Formats: sequence, structure tokens, C-alpha cells
Amino acid sequence: MRITKDQLMALLFLTPSFILICIFVYGFIGWTGWVSLSNWNSLVPDMSFAGLKNYLYLFADYRFQADLRNTVFFTILFIGFVIIMGLSLAILLDQKVLGKSIFRNIFLFPMALSFVVTGVVWQWLLNPSTGFNEFLKIFGWEPKWYTDTNILFGFQWGSIEFGLPVAMIAVVIAAVWQMTGFSLAMYIAGLTGIPEELREAARIDGASELQIYRKVILPMLTPITVSVVIIMAHISLKIFDLIYAMTGSGANYVTDVPGVYMFETTFRGNYYANGAAIAIIMLLLVAVFIVPYLINSRRGASS
Amino acid sequence: MIARSIIKYTIAIAVAIFFLLPIYVIVITSLKPLDEVSLSQMWALPTAIDFSSYTEAFSELAPNFMNSLYLVIPATLLSAILGAMNGYVLSKWKFKGSEIIFTMILFGMFIPYQSILIPLIQFLNQINLYNSIAGLVFTHVVYGLPITTLMFRNFYANIPDSMIEAAQVDGASFLGIFRRVILPLSITGFVVVAIWQFTNIWNEFLFAVTITNSGSQPVMVALQNLSGSQIVQWNVQMAGALLAAMPTLLVYILLGKYFVRGLLAGSVKG
Repeated sequence: MRITKDQLMALLFLTPSFILICIFVYGFIGWTGWVSLSNWNSLVPDMSFAGLKNYLYLFADYRFQADLRNTVFFTILFIGFVIIMGLSLAILLDQKVLGKSIFRNIFLFPMALSFVVTGVVWQWLLNPSTGFNEFLKIFGWEPKWYTDTNILFGFQWGSIEFGLPVAMIAVVIAAVWQMTGFSLAMYIAGLTGIPEELREAARIDGASELQIYRKVILPMLTPITVSVVIIMAHISLKIFDLIYAMTGSGANYVTDVPGVYMFETTFRGNYYANGAAIAIIMLLLVAVFIVPYLINSRRGASS
Repeated sequence: MIARSIIKYTIAIAVAIFFLLPIYVIVITSLKPLDEVSLSQMWALPTAIDFSSYTEAFSELAPNFMNSLYLVIPATLLSAILGAMNGYVLSKWKFKGSEIIFTMILFGMFIPYQSILIPLIQFLNQINLYNSIAGLVFTHVVYGLPITTLMFRNFYANIPDSMIEAAQVDGASFLGIFRRVILPLSITGFVVVAIWQFTNIWNEFLFAVTITNSGSQPVMVALQNLSGSQIVQWNVQMAGALLAAMPTLLVYILLGKYFVRGLLAGSVKG
């Protein structure tokens, strides 16, 4: 088969980007993987083979165990609240509400902000000696927010206390404030896509508004929920800037996450091989969610 | 019915207040004179309006603000152009294996950038672009390719194939169709992609903080330094936060509709 001039041009259009992606995504991931198996833990590169030494070090490390615990609870709470808030607000705005677009714009605007800005502001709002506590102390309640070192429902596991770090809740509040707009926008788009005839038909069959939502609309929104969960999961698993700007690692690493650890150990401590190992673990965690999702949605799209 | 309306509006207004509280605190704190900035009076309105926090924050952040502009404009344009080229091929000139190539490109959108950061810095060091705006532009163009390609591909998928075929019958070539059929129809696509890239690159922090370390730092790194500093009053931090957020907030206020379209386009599909 001969390639036409047009097909050749098409390849020429695509090739530079494809080469860049091959080198800078796949090649560099490979190189990071190689660094993670090396002895490069000082300023001077030392690429001698270390086997799984860096990984074994991390999994036995107090800080990294704390990071994994924090990531688990942050991810669950963050995704849960983003979904619940986004879906409830979308349903609310799906009703007859005056000033609908004003409300929608208010709920969506934090999406336009940087995590750094969010972190700087919420660091003050949830500061134990001011912010929301100025109101809460009227009721005699002064939470310590992100400075709290307690672990809820904790039990000893490895070298850490496993359970929900209270300090993480403060970070979740800030993250949910910022990202609810995303799920809201997705659900609004989903609700708009549901034809009015469908609701009309259900009404004629005698279904109440609540039943229409539960039996007809929510099931139709499932694909959107899947997308939101996947996208929020990958944001949450690689989160760095919000926590770095808002709380840092926290006392006893109660708000530390792999992203912060990787940054500090690599670029402040020069433990490149350890940092690379953290990065590879983060990549694998994200890949668990993303790869099946990508394969699925690509397959769905091409058929 | 009335009870339901009351509940509806109470919830909507309560949540709206929760979303706006941070903005309230930023604005009033940044307008307070220094002697009114105290932890116990965070929520109190200023008695007099004082712009000195802004003057101070501006003098701290202005050079970095310019760095961000020099970064974000070329990076946005270049990644949009490359995205349009890729999107055109991947939607209208599919070939055997093009779907696999597209999926491979897409994966780059989701990786934690920590997993490419060490080689990237070694590479930028080698080509003398480490600690430079040009290095950051390059980085954002490369790692922006997946999202811009995705957005343009989905955008072009909505242009009917019959238009391409008609142009081909008229003897138009690959480039001719791109220039005379696709690009004139791409204005909305470019607006959506440009707004999305502008917002993301302006707000990005991990590349910014690791690739630059002194004179070439973008504004978000400078803001983080400002807020991490013990000697800077928090009214100045708040003024700085608002200044740093202003460009993306303005874009959202003026062109919010396109911003939301970009946001929805990020969820694969199509």
C-alpha cells in the first residue's frame, strides 16, 4: 500500500508530539524507575544498582507509612464529600431557583483559583487561634484543626497508629471547597442531558419527584459519578501544592502526603533514589485507577 | 410548597456563604490598616480603607507576576497549536494505530508529575534551561499536549466528516483543509483550550517550585514564599493571594462559560 501525500502530512503533524510524549512521559518514567533502583541518595549521582533497597526502606519508614495512611483517608473523605456536595447542589439547581446562574457561578469560582491561594487562605480560616474558631468558641468548641495530632479510631499498625488523622479533616475542607465545582459542573451537564420527556413519562406513571430522582435520574448519572471519582482520585493521590501551602507535613506527619515527602526528600534532602521510589509508588497508585478507566472509555468511544 | 422553597433557598444561600467566606476574609483583611490586623478581629470590617497591604504585596510579587505572564502566554499558545494539529489528525485522519497513539498521549495527562521530575530537571540542566522561564515554557508545552490534544480531538469530532470529504472532492489537500475548513471553525476550540491552559499554567506550582529557584520564579511560588515568611503580616499575604489570583479570577468572571466547557472536556470521552 502506498502512502499518499496527505497521509504523510498527517504523520508529520502528529510525530513531533508523539515523540515528545514518548521521551518525556514514558522515557522519563522509565528513567525515574531506574533511579529508584539506584544508590543515588546524595548530591552526586550514583547510579549503581541497589535493587529494591529504597522501596524496602520506604515501606518500613514511619513517615511513609503515615503518608499512605493520610492519603487513604484524604482520598476517601475528599471524593465522598465532592460527590455528595456536587450532586446535591446540582439537584438543587435543577429545581426552580431564582438566581440559578449566580449560585452556580459562586459554587464554581474556586475552580479558577490555584491550590496555593486556597492553601494560603484556608491556613488562616482554620487557624486554631482565629478564623472559624472565633464563631465556634461562642459554643465553647475550639477545634485544633490542622494542628490536631489525634488519630481517630486508631490502632497500632506497622510503626504508625492507623486511623483517621483529625488534622486531615481541615485539609479535606479546603480541598472540597475548591473542587466541589468540578463535580457540580459535571452533574449539571449530566442533568441537562436527560430529556424532559423521560421525567414527564415517569410523572404520568405516577412517580413522585423523589422517586424520579432515585429511580430514573440517579442511575443515568452513574457514568458521570465514575468519571468524577476517577478524576478526583488522581488529583488526591498526587496532591502536593495545597498541603505544602496550607499545613506542610504537620507535627508527627499528621498532614504529610507522598507528594510532599517526595518533594522534600528529593529537592531539600538530595535523597534522589528515595524520592524516585516515592514517585514510582505514586504513579502505580494512580495507574490502578486510570489505566482501566482509559482503556474502558477508549473502547467505548471507538465502537 | 412554601416550606420547600424556604428549605431550598436556605440551603443554597448557606452554601453560597460558605463558598464566599474566604473571599470576604481576603478582601477585608487586605484592606485593613496594620493596627487593625489582629487574629481576634479577623471577621470585623475595617474602619478605614487602607491600600498599603496591596502596595507592599505588589512590590514583593510584581517581578514574579511578570515571570508568570512571560511563562503563560507562549506556553498556552504553543500547546494550543500543537493540540490543534494533533486533534485534527486524530479525529479526521485516523489510521491504523492512531487510537493507540491517542490513548498513549492521554495517559500523560494523569501521571503524577513527580514521576518524571528528576529526569526532567537533569535534562533541563543539560540543555541549560534549568531555572529559566524558557525551561518552564517547554515543560508546560510538553505536559500540556495530552489535554490540548484531547480537547481539540473532541472538538473536531463534532465537525461533520462530510465537510472534509467535500473539500477533498474539490481537490483540497491535508493542509488546505486544515487552513481553510478546520481552522476557521476552531475559534471556540482555541478559546476553550487557551482559557484552560492559561488557568492551569498560571496556577501550577510543582514544576514552578522545582524548575526555578530565584529570579525566574512564577507568582505562585512567590506567594507561597510570602505566606511561609514569618516577618510578613497576614494582611499582606491576603493582598498577595488576591493579586496572584486576579488574572484567573478575571478570566473566570469574563469567560466563565468557556472555562466550564474546558473543565467538562477534561473528563476523556468522545
